[in-house]
Formats: sequence, structure tokens, C-alpha cells
Amino acid sequence: MGHTFAEKILARKAGLEEVVPGQIVEVTPDAALSHDNTAPISKIFRSIGVERVARPDIHVVVLDHATPAPTTKHAQNHKVIREFVAEQGITHFYDVGRGVCHQVLAEEGFALPGTLIVGSDSHTPTAGAFGAFAAGIGRSEMAVIMATGRIWLRVPESLKIVVHGQLREGVTSKDLALHVIGDLGADGALYQSVEWSGEAIEALDVEARMTIPNLMAEMGAKNAYIPPDEKTVAWLRGRARRPYEALYPDHDAEYQRVVEYDAGDIEPVVAKPHTVDNVVPLREVAGTPINQAFLGTCTNGRLSDLAQAAQVLEGRQLHPGVRLVVIPASSQVYLDALEAGYIRTFVEAGAVVESPGCGPCMGNHMGVPAEGEVTISTANRNFRGRMGTKESEIYLASPLVVAASAVAGYIVHPQDL
Amino acid sequence: MAIKGRVWKYGDDVNTDVIFPGKYTYTVSDPAEMGEHALEDLDPEFRFKVRPGDVIVAGKNFGCGSSREQAVTCLVSKQVGAIIAKSFARIYYRNCINNALPAITCPEAVDALEDGDEVEVDLEAGEIRSGGRTFTFPPLPEAVMGIFEAGGLIPYTRRRLGIEE
Repeated sequence: MGHTFAEKILARKAGLEEVVPGQIVEVTPDAALSHDNTAPISKIFRSIGVERVARPDIHVVVLDHATPAPTTKHAQNHKVIREFVAEQGITHFYDVGRGVCHQVLAEEGFALPGTLIVGSDSHTPTAGAFGAFAAGIGRSEMAVIMATGRIWLRVPESLKIVVHGQLREGVTSKDLALHVIGDLGADGALYQSVEWSGEAIEALDVEARMTIPNLMAEMGAKNAYIPPDEKTVAWLRGRARRPYEALYPDHDAEYQRVVEYDAGDIEPVVAKPHTVDNVVPLREVAGTPINQAFLGTCTNGRLSDLAQAAQVLEGRQLHPGVRLVVIPASSQVYLDALEAGYIRTFVEAGAVVESPGCGPCMGNHMGVPAEGEVTISTANRNFRGRMGTKESEIYLASPLVVAASAVAGYIVHPQDL
Repeated sequence: MAIKGRVWKYGDDVNTDVIFPGKYTYTVSDPAEMGEHALEDLDPEFRFKVRPGDVIVAGKNFGCGSSREQAVTCLVSKQVGAIIAKSFARIYYRNCINNALPAITCPEAVDALEDGDEVEVDLEAGEIRSGGRTFTFPPLPEAVMGIFEAGGLIPYTRRRLGIEE
């Protein structure tokens, strides 16, 4: 009997011939990602009583959650991290302004096919877009990896999603991922490895693919996987940190469930407040007035996302009274967007462009809404209170829809602008 | 270890943003203070009225969303005795084990228990008892029971590494 991707990678990393779902294995990850939470993690690490980090080479630390520091408390937190990484010889450290950790992990060549990555952030599955096994963990677990270099993982059951055909014009990988979450529910892949395939996935460029595993966290997945191909290899050329060996699921792998979609049936969608699986066709909420639009995050803050939004905003102005906050996912995206002229387009349209990082996504700073306001966002979460006040509403959509809505003042697709 | 308290009942998909709001993640670091924000955006009464040993009972996918461990720590700080749910989000489930907070999957008990019920949880026996009714649940997998018994992942790791408390 064949094996799924998750079974094959966990067997490889545990040094076993094969593993089965439900089995507990202990592994050393190829990369262990943490962000601003490295300060509390370092405190837990010290409480264990170990002096030196076991494997400083596997840790990747990126400051992104509240950067640059909005308050003295946040600044203290960053200071603790800078001192800790220097003391422990953690050289893969990326200070404020470099970008959102999942984007930086990819750009710096840590997210590689056939590798195992854990991160103390729930959107760690993003790296699955490159054919890595990438799962989120808690702070205490990251502290224990610092102490021992090891972590236990349960071999997950796997869900196979096949997307046939091609997405229609104006329908993005964000729409596809939200459509599937709406269909299968917020617990539709609970504890599972979600393994994607099909022509529609093959047709996506690498940046658009990253949006899909990123959003699988919102379906309860442990990890998500997109088979690496020549596009992946081309993207990684000059970026990969080390040689890698891709892994693919066997053709006769046993999946707990197989779900198939026809990409041509999928239309632009939004996730309505206050859950990510509250997905409806865009046309059902078209016309809903908005106060703020947010373009950025680990879900949709990449160059191709900014390009789509810039195309909509070119030669247009924001609707009076509506704010548009743009945050490139990384300094590299920022530079590329400057070069391409997108940043000029945004500023000329009346948008605010902020420095790379998570921005207002979890309510820290850089454009949080007021009570009673409505935000349309390219992020991955719309939970009550997510952006700071529980008395506001968040709609999630693609960069195309967010940009068009900022121009119209209400939710709209650019095709109807 | 017997856990006894009152039921606080909630629905499906209770997410970590309503258990412990993200805006506090880097400004609140003291566990006692974390407790003062527990379930703030879900049930504003909870943090003032919860008593040690009380049990949270909820639907499916409890703890979905962020990996933030404070969403467990804030409940430990309030001395919540256990969480009984139809299912748990996986990082939240790991965080519960790693902080020795009993996370029990028992859909039958969830359907039967009402807000305010008196409930008793017996981890050894794998039983939930309330008003003459008994519900059973499977024990933790052996591989993770050790972490739970040690009082959490950190004391467990110390023990494994031979470090004195």
C-alpha cells in the first residue's frame, strides 16, 4: 500500500521504513520558525534549565507581529529577542522591516521541498506551497526544541483535494481556498494533512500557490502540501539554502477523504464576519459599504497581489472617506513593487503604504478600525475582535476585490467597477 | 485527581481571538493578568465569575485560529478544571497537553450538559459525571500521557534531561 506525502516525510525524518496515521514520531525539524513570540519563548527556554540552544542553526527568527515597535512594551520585547539570538548564536535572525515570517522563510530559502518545518505561528503551513511539511506549534514546544532540538508529532490522516480545469478570469487562488473552506468548514481538515493536486493548481504561479496552504490553517489542517514542479524549482534557484529532495505522495496512497472540484465552477467569493468559513459568492454581499480596505499579510501581500491591486487602482482615486492600507509582505516585495511603479500607483490613489510586517491583521497597529466600522481585507482571519475591537466587521476577499472596493466605497469586483 | 465545578457552555468554533485577544499578546505577559482577559470577547462575565475547578463545555473545533498559548494559559490561570468539547483545534489541543489542562473529547457529554450544571471529571476512570448521568471518554494516547502526568511539557522535559526542579 502506498503512502501520502505526510506519511512519507515523517517516516523519512524519523528514520523509519514507514509510518501510519496515529503513530507518534520524534523528529528534528529542518527549520524552526518563531517571531515576536521569541521573547516569551526564550523565557520558557531559560526556565527549563538548559544554558545553550541545542541547534541554533535550525532556528529562524523574524520580527513581524508589531514592527517597528508601536509601544515601549513591544520595543522591550524586540530588545530581549535581539539579545537572545546574539547570545545563543542564532544567526538566521531578521529584524524589523524584513517582512512577515512566512514570506521571509520562503524568500530566504528555508521553505524547501521534502523538508520538515515547524513554527510557533498558526500560518506555518504556508511553506507547504513548496512541498515542505510545515506545521504550527505552541510556544512551550518551541522552547523545548531550543532545549533538545526535538519535537513529537502525530502522523496525520490525509485529505486529498483535486482541482480540475482552470480558474476563470478574475478568480484567484484566494477565491479557490475560501470556496473550499466554505464548503468543508472550519474543521473540515481537523488534524489532517491536506494534499492538493490537479490542473488548476499546476497552472498557478508560486506566489498564488502560497495563499492556499496559508489558508488551510483556517480549515484546521496540520499542514498542507502542493506538489513541487519546475515552477517551484525555478523560484528556488538562487534562493535555496541547501540541496533538497522533493517527496511526492504515492499513486496508491490511502486518503481518509478525497474531494474534487471543477475550477471553472468557482466564482469570486468573500468570507463574511465573523468566521472564515462563512463564505458566500461576492455578488451576495456586493454593495455593502466599507470604511477601510487592507491589502497585505502572509496570505496576499506578495508582488503578484500588489500587481493585481495596482492594475485596479491605476488612474483611479479611493472613494472619499475610505482608507486603503497597503503593506508589502516583505522588504523584497516592497523593492520590487517600487521598481514596478505599484507603490506610486497606491500613493497617487490615496492609499497609505506601511512598512513590511503583519500590520493591523491582529489588531496591533497601522490601521485598526473604529467601533462600528467595516473592513475588507486580504488577510486570513475575520474573527470578532481580530483587528482590535469586537464592535467592527471584517470581510475577507482577494486583492482584486479589496482594491476595487476601496475605489467604490462598497464591496465590488473590479469587473463591475 | 477529581475535577469538580460548574459548566460554562459555549458553541462551535470558539477561536483563540475571543479566548485571548491578539492585541494583548505582546503587552500582557503575567499569567494572572492573562486570566483577567480570559474569554473577554466571548463572555464578558466569565473572568469575573469563574471559580477554580469550573469546566468549559463547547462544540466542535474549540480553540481554532492562532497558535497563541496564552489562550490556554489564561484559563489555567483562572484554574479552569477541564475543557470538554466535541473536538479541538490541533495546536490548541497540543497547548492544553503541554500545560496539563485536561482537554476531553466527548460529544455525548457536550450534548447533555447545560450551562451551570454541576459536573465531576475523573481522568483516571475516563468518566464525566453530572446529575446521575455518566459519560465515558478514551484516555490520552500513552505517548503524551507522560507529558500530562509530569504537569506539562516543561517539567516533563526537565525530567527527561535529568535537570533538578
